[in-house]
Amino acid sequence: MSVKKVYPNAEAALDGLLHDGMMIMSGGFGISGIPDALIDAIHAAGTRNLTVVSNNAGIDGVGLGKLIDSKQIKKMISSYVGENKEFMRQYLAKELQIEFNPQGTLAERIRAGGAGIPAFFTATGYGTIIAEGKETREIDGRGYVLERALFADLAIVHAWKADTEGNLVFRKTARNFNAPMATAAKTTVVQVEHLVQPGEIDPDHIHTPGIFVDRIVKLAVVNKPIEQRTVRKRVAA
Amino acid sequence: MPWTRDEMAARAARELRDGMYVNLGIGIPTLVANHIPPGMTIQLHSENGMMGVGPFPYEGEEDPDLINAGKQTVTELPTTSYFDSAQSFAMVRGGHIALSILGALQVAENGDLANWNVPGKMIKGMGGAMDLVAGVPRVVVVMEHCEKSGLPKIVSDCSLPLTGTRVVSLIITDLGVFEVTKDGLVLVDVAPGVTMDELRDKTEPPFRVHQDLKLAA
Repeated sequence: MSVKKVYPNAEAALDGLLHDGMMIMSGGFGISGIPDALIDAIHAAGTRNLTVVSNNAGIDGVGLGKLIDSKQIKKMISSYVGENKEFMRQYLAKELQIEFNPQGTLAERIRAGGAGIPAFFTATGYGTIIAEGKETREIDGRGYVLERALFADLAIVHAWKADTEGNLVFRKTARNFNAPMATAAKTTVVQVEHLVQPGEIDPDHIHTPGIFVDRIVKLAVVNKPIEQRTVRKRVAA
Repeated sequence: MPWTRDEMAARAARELRDGMYVNLGIGIPTLVANHIPPGMTIQLHSENGMMGVGPFPYEGEEDPDLINAGKQTVTELPTTSYFDSAQSFAMVRGGHIALSILGALQVAENGDLANWNVPGKMIKGMGGAMDLVAGVPRVVVVMEHCEKSGLPKIVSDCSLPLTGTRVVSLIITDLGVFEVTKDGLVLVDVAPGVTMDELRDKTEPPFRVHQDLKLAA
């Protein structure tokens, strides 16, 4: 039985992994599929001077917003941060650094990091300020920018289901950055809504193989807020 | 009379072709989904990891795990697929998405696009816009013809930070439609009652008029 990957709670799952100044990848898009319990545990641990790789920066008081409120984050590597007022305040006051990456470049830097590719050329951002200070090259008549891979000390990930071996299944658009981030850190810790025994997930249906997962914690409470609730009216039959 | 936002979206929908995979940006481009001609099959891509985006859910059926790139709750269709962010942008960067319709702050006559950052204002980030314009073969901009201050948004050179260079194929505004060609802008459509004088006045670079375009006297 490979139960050694399973931890009783988020605090235990992060025990011994946190240190000031580390780089953490945090999955999710907006606040969908964010590893909220693991973020809460980092908040409680008080780890500081963090560099956090995340597509967004949470919203005020939710997700990474908590680590921004507590000033535990020194630098964000993100593609879009428009939804967090305290983030804006700290950024304008120069208390927080931000490195903007085009979203696809960010995703590929992470994918490359997990796949052992140190850098890659992309047309994204060629001729823009994103290319400033970076090597560029013309290949077959088109301009490309050299982008470096990202590899973190720790990745924190939210999945819908895992078995005790760490094989993961994500749900709908909550997969987003969680899947590539799970591959791109020295240690990957996953919070899951459902934990099952090996054999209970069809091997053909696994999105992320357990080799990428070091520690698993089953959520005691699943709390998934919605950032923009948009609905349509039912038309009477 | 200038086109409304909805009329601009309807004009943009004329760029759709049956079977296309399309990415729609936030704002007026999102409205293009309401104008897909009956009988035409279009798969809408959402860069957070979904192909085949359905309409907003009925009240009470919202799913926090099912959102579009604007973080709005959406629904899935029988054709829907989900994937991670890296694969989503492999579709974009790899040229597999046929058409990107997005908003703009400025477009230059050579197709340069600025749509993410106004110096002096808070920078929120470019999201997926730089990847889309670099990777998608046909980029259509839908925007107001002028800024609120009255300054032209179709310019000789973009003064704002660029999203991409020479990437825009077609510009749709509330006043008219311009093709971006290697020989400069060509006016191909004009809103009802808009005069050539008004268009020349509100468009910084010179443009030619397409031979098939009939103008109001």
